Amino acid sequence: MELGTLEERRDSILCNSKQEQKDLKCDQNSVAGAVSQRACVYSGARVVLNPITDAYHLVHGPIGCASYTWDIRGSLTSGAEVFRNSFSTDLREKDIVFGGEKKLMAAIDEIVEEYDPKVVFVYSTCVVGVIGDDLAAVCRTAEKKYDIRVIPVQAPGFAGNKSTGYKAAGNAILELMDTNVTPLKKKGINILGDYNLAGELWILQGYLNRVGIEVNAKFTGDSSCEEIMRAPQAELNIVQCAGSMTLLAKKMEKRYGIPFIKISFVGIDDTIASLRKIAQLLGEQQIIANVEELIKEEYAKVKDQLDFYKKRLEGYSAAIYVGGGFKAISLIKQFNSLGIKPVMVGTQNGKKEEYAQIRDLTDEGTIILDDANPTELEKFMKERGADVLVGGVKERPLAYKLGVAFCDHNHARKHPLTGFVGAVNFAKELDSTLNSPVWKIIAKESGGE
Amino acid sequence: MARNFVNLNVNPCKMCMPMGAAIAFKGLEKSILMMHGSQGCSTYMRRHMATHYNEPVDIASSSLTEQGTVYGGENNLKRGLRNTIKLYHPKVVGVVTTCLAETIGEDIDRLINEFRAEEELASDVTFIPVPTPGYGGTEFEGYYLSLKKMVESLAEAGSNDKVNIIAGNLTPAEIRRIKEILESFSISYNLLPDISQTLDAPYSTNYQKLPDGGTTIEEIKSMGGAKATIELGALLDQKTSAGEFLEDKFGVPLYRIPLPIGLANVDKFINVLSEITGDKPETKFIEARGRMLDAMVDSHKYNAQGRAAIFGQPELVYSIATLCLENGIVPALLATGAKTSKLEELLKKDFALAVEDTVIIDDTDFDTIRDHVNKLDVNILIGHSDGKFITERDGIPLVRVGFPIHDRVGGQRKVSIGYDGSVNFLDEITNTLLEQKYSDYRERMYQKHFSG
Repeated sequence: MELGTLEERRDSILCNSKQEQKDLKCDQNSVAGAVSQRACVYSGARVVLNPITDAYHLVHGPIGCASYTWDIRGSLTSGAEVFRNSFSTDLREKDIVFGGEKKLMAAIDEIVEEYDPKVVFVYSTCVVGVIGDDLAAVCRTAEKKYDIRVIPVQAPGFAGNKSTGYKAAGNAILELMDTNVTPLKKKGINILGDYNLAGELWILQGYLNRVGIEVNAKFTGDSSCEEIMRAPQAELNIVQCAGSMTLLAKKMEKRYGIPFIKISFVGIDDTIASLRKIAQLLGEQQIIANVEELIKEEYAKVKDQLDFYKKRLEGYSAAIYVGGGFKAISLIKQFNSLGIKPVMVGTQNGKKEEYAQIRDLTDEGTIILDDANPTELEKFMKERGADVLVGGVKERPLAYKLGVAFCDHNHARKHPLTGFVGAVNFAKELDSTLNSPVWKIIAKESGGE
Repeated sequence: MARNFVNLNVNPCKMCMPMGAAIAFKGLEKSILMMHGSQGCSTYMRRHMATHYNEPVDIASSSLTEQGTVYGGENNLKRGLRNTIKLYHPKVVGVVTTCLAETIGEDIDRLINEFRAEEELASDVTFIPVPTPGYGGTEFEGYYLSLKKMVESLAEAGSNDKVNIIAGNLTPAEIRRIKEILESFSISYNLLPDISQTLDAPYSTNYQKLPDGGTTIEEIKSMGGAKATIELGALLDQKTSAGEFLEDKFGVPLYRIPLPIGLANVDKFINVLSEITGDKPETKFIEARGRMLDAMVDSHKYNAQGRAAIFGQPELVYSIATLCLENGIVPALLATGAKTSKLEELLKKDFALAVEDTVIIDDTDFDTIRDHVNKLDVNILIGHSDGKFITERDGIPLVRVGFPIHDRVGGQRKVSIGYDGSVNFLDEITNTLLEQKYSDYRERMYQKHFSG
């Protein structure tokens, strides 16, 4: 049996060739039956909003949507723990038949009565989109009744893809920001699109504090509703996860006049470049000097370790399959700096410009693919001889079955992968998987080595 | 009250129907599941299963979009089936619905029939449709309903010497244990479903997307002519029971017993096999049973300190509750997210006295379970990984069993059934109680009795 790919998928896969200028087909609906690795609109909205620590996240729908996303991200908090609960209206057959609005209103009543919340996000799901519950109307009524924010998040699963969900989440955040916009003071920066997985946001914030940059608000990792409401005050937005937050940054620029830049704290080179870029934009000489000082100090701390790992990692080849283009691009750079060659790069929701950049950054012959499936991942990892795959939870067992090492670059990670310290963690994780004795045993079993 | 709130579920203690179907269909040979709905459902369930079984789990989706939702999902489903068959060359395609497909009124039976007529590549494939709206029940109902639909679509009349085993939602290692027990009775059998290899495949240099193993279509066909059915599912009703269908339609006698966890439940299983085959159990079982009794005596005083909260799928809750009752561990709280009155009925019937101080709640959530756990002075939690939510907040230890176990390895290899398995499981419970006691008794005694 030939391990093929589907005709309908042809244009979403390309073999990097610097001469050929054909664009990769991306940002489309998934091909039915191809076994896409993507989730849905609701999932996109939920992962973006969920880390807001003191918000009540109420999923209006049958239980599955709330069940599979309960405490889904390893987002850490320095404050409230409310976000680690999963609230659902748990719709049943009769609600589907007679409509769920009453139940939703009653559920909000119950939350208000028991917890005295300031902000409730109400997510719609597939069926809610079909049975026609007027989420916005219910939320408006509840806001009036209780004088709190009850913000609808329009996220029926079928109405687009994960990026559509990011957009819905962005709209909900904007809605929250608009609660009480006071005269703008234009001070400090906002960090957008870091979700504080394993404390990553704290690392980033630590750097900024050290060089004298005031962080006005961060979202959504370790954020509070109040903090997001004061976001319009900032003088600059820095955007870490471009896929989920660029659109929101654009809207904030238009609405509040806050310019934004895309940055990345994944990998040493990007971390250094991003720190410099932020300092340049803010333009204060002291900060610029402090940044150079910090880079020198932090780099000195990790250089020996990175050199150590580089020696152990040089010469391997890697496959990348992650959610967004931003992450893929940073990973390519990181692999290059460790002497590891990316041979396959794919994302679930990459954008055209990101794929163009991926083509620039990778060698001729690298396979680039959008919205891949297990069949394609298997085919190209085998064909290109990948030694390690970087990906999400679902891809891990596939890599292992193929005898390929694996690096977890997903929501559930328990060690930070950003900043200087994150670059070491990344190299260490790669070393722990690529150079594990288990592969020698496996190779022996397979009649190799 | 079964739940702290009337209209709210806070921290679900259940999953949805298609999840149960996904596990059940992994137990058929060369089978893949198609979820007719939006893309997210299949991905969430794949993720959930991948972390528990540590196996690649491929589930197809018809990836319904806005257009499909408004004008009907026919094209998506048919195109999806075509693509999935091309990529996976399956023998069986389970086609299940989701919340979305049911709500827009998709008729999957008709669509499959049309697809069969239209497509040449459908000719070698067996399609089994199952309606599993997410709002229609939990993974428990989805699992057993799928088994029932498999039998409904395939079982044929006849007469053979086989025994049907309808397995509960057990681990792959437990299914292997069931097979060992069956093989010791030297009977031929139809085991449905058989996830022993498909969800716990040995490492091989030749990876197969659809691993070997699983119940064959021929086996399901022959279930109609079997001489008996043993159904591991004490709480089932006519709606979800494959065994009852086989009895009603083909006159196959049905023996319905609980999951074989705990002395009485394992006895039931072994005795039924003896009864059907006319064979006495092998010496190794008699010895294993003796060792179990010995172990129960050895640890009875430690167990007497246990006040357990048991939660998860109702079949598992029932059997673990009986194990606890046999061993003097008070099952202070029995909780399931599924809706069932049978848990309480059966336990009252079987253990009339002992259940008096047991709180039994169905259709519940973890917010409610946590409150009861604290009110009832529970000192040990027994259930799947989501119980860690209580451990983290209240420090009560959790013995992990059932599905999903996604924060520890080895969930797919756990064996809690049979005499040996029950003893090992009981030891884990006992040791958890011991660890708890030993970790702070010096300090506690000092605080309580020392006066200087």
